[in-house]
Amino acid sequence: MAESHNNAEMAKTPLYDLHVECGAKMVEFAGYAMPVTFPAGIIKEHLHTRAKAGLFDVSHMGQVRLKGAGAAEALEALVPGDIVGLEKGAQRYTLFTNDKGGILDDLMVTNTGEDLFLVVNAACKEQDIAHLRKHLGDKVEIEVLEDRALLALQGPTAAGVMEELAPELTKLVFMTGAWATLEGAECFVTRSGYTGEDGYEISVPADRAEALARKLLAHPDVEAIGLGARDSLRLEAGLCLYGHDLDTDTNLVAANLKWVLSKPRRADGERAGGFPGADVTLSEFAEGSPRKRVGLAPQGRAPVREGVEIVNGEGQVVGVVTSGGYGPSVEKPVAMGYVNTDCSAMGTELKAIVRGKEVPVTVVSATFVEHRYYRG
Amino acid sequence: MSGLKFTEDHEWLSMESDEVGVVGITDYAQAQLGDLVFVELPEVGREVSQGEDIGVVESVKTASDIKSPVSGVVVAVNEALSDEPGKVNEDPTGEGWIYKISLSNASEVESLMDDAAYKALTGE
Repeated sequence: MAESHNNAEMAKTPLYDLHVECGAKMVEFAGYAMPVTFPAGIIKEHLHTRAKAGLFDVSHMGQVRLKGAGAAEALEALVPGDIVGLEKGAQRYTLFTNDKGGILDDLMVTNTGEDLFLVVNAACKEQDIAHLRKHLGDKVEIEVLEDRALLALQGPTAAGVMEELAPELTKLVFMTGAWATLEGAECFVTRSGYTGEDGYEISVPADRAEALARKLLAHPDVEAIGLGARDSLRLEAGLCLYGHDLDTDTNLVAANLKWVLSKPRRADGERAGGFPGADVTLSEFAEGSPRKRVGLAPQGRAPVREGVEIVNGEGQVVGVVTSGGYGPSVEKPVAMGYVNTDCSAMGTELKAIVRGKEVPVTVVSATFVEHRYYRG
Repeated sequence: MSGLKFTEDHEWLSMESDEVGVVGITDYAQAQLGDLVFVELPEVGREVSQGEDIGVVESVKTASDIKSPVSGVVVAVNEALSDEPGKVNEDPTGEGWIYKISLSNASEVESLMDDAAYKALTGE
């Protein structure tokens, strides 16, 4: 249980002092000192987010702007999503792939009208930026937004909270974004998040982030939520965490993210392929992948965690858990992982080997709680 | 609570008679772990050596082994924790006890820390 607290060596987000003031337990994550929990604790923070609204500091994530006439065409050379067809204000979830179709990172791309706004994972951002510069550096202007924080406001009353700051933002639908003035700060706001709930992600100038966070936290519905609950919320919602559920040896077909291969980029599309590893990806898209990401519902109360092996009735290893823990909203253990495709049908009964003991698990949809996105 | 003895792994032991002690995890340990969601209890009758893994406490985020503070035989377990693991968070040295052990070597108790030594260890 020993933990190091070398906060001095870690990077701090603009909300560091506020987290400490709120009593957060700070831990190292991707080189940043981040709040893992607040005094309420993971379960209460998780349940509060699903009941009202939680405020998350995700400023450790990378924010990048791609500018120039050919930015969309250029970015399509690195991702399997339709970026050229992304209308002004529209946002898309996509992936950076390697030459084998393996996933280098997952990211959000929004067409702001003036440029493409990218949000990438904290742990991958240096590598992503190098990747962008290497492949797109001579075609588009790449601006890394070091001077902006990123806040996520998530939960069923997030829109009601936002209405008091910028009523026009309640009209945004899921996966769209717009500029707005919040507490006098020019923010780029998207109707998105990573909890399965309705909500917003707010890109705010670093020097205005604390004032905005304090304003949001002053609302009776809003509580500060740590990375611990962020993880349990996204796991219950069946959303992948890079480095755990997605990696360089996994393509979008195996990851059960076939929808991420946009129609124009498919074999019969007008801009078929054209991203790294497209040949392998398109082939597996048509033929199927030897393994597949699924949800796993363990019987009983013992959490089935990352790294646990999954076996079939004959005791042969047929898969592995990539994320697992306890789902506070469903009040039972939840997990996701990869299994051989012949074991991936919903309802398949398998066993997880937890500390040498067999725990029965059922293959289920990874979406343990219904998504409640606002689609208008 | 006076009379508690502690391990470096954050278990406590309280002797309820000359032979039988009660074991749990400390308030410091439960605070570090956060909300517990599962306690893997040992089996009654199991023989265990001092320092050996005897059970597991799991929070939302992580699993942590319980190491027996002393050698002996498990004589009772707190079945209530199967349905309410959160009792360990609420009352770690009371209702959140984990198992009772009949000691095979009472002198091992002397190897454990007293309250002052444990407080020094945890910096509280």
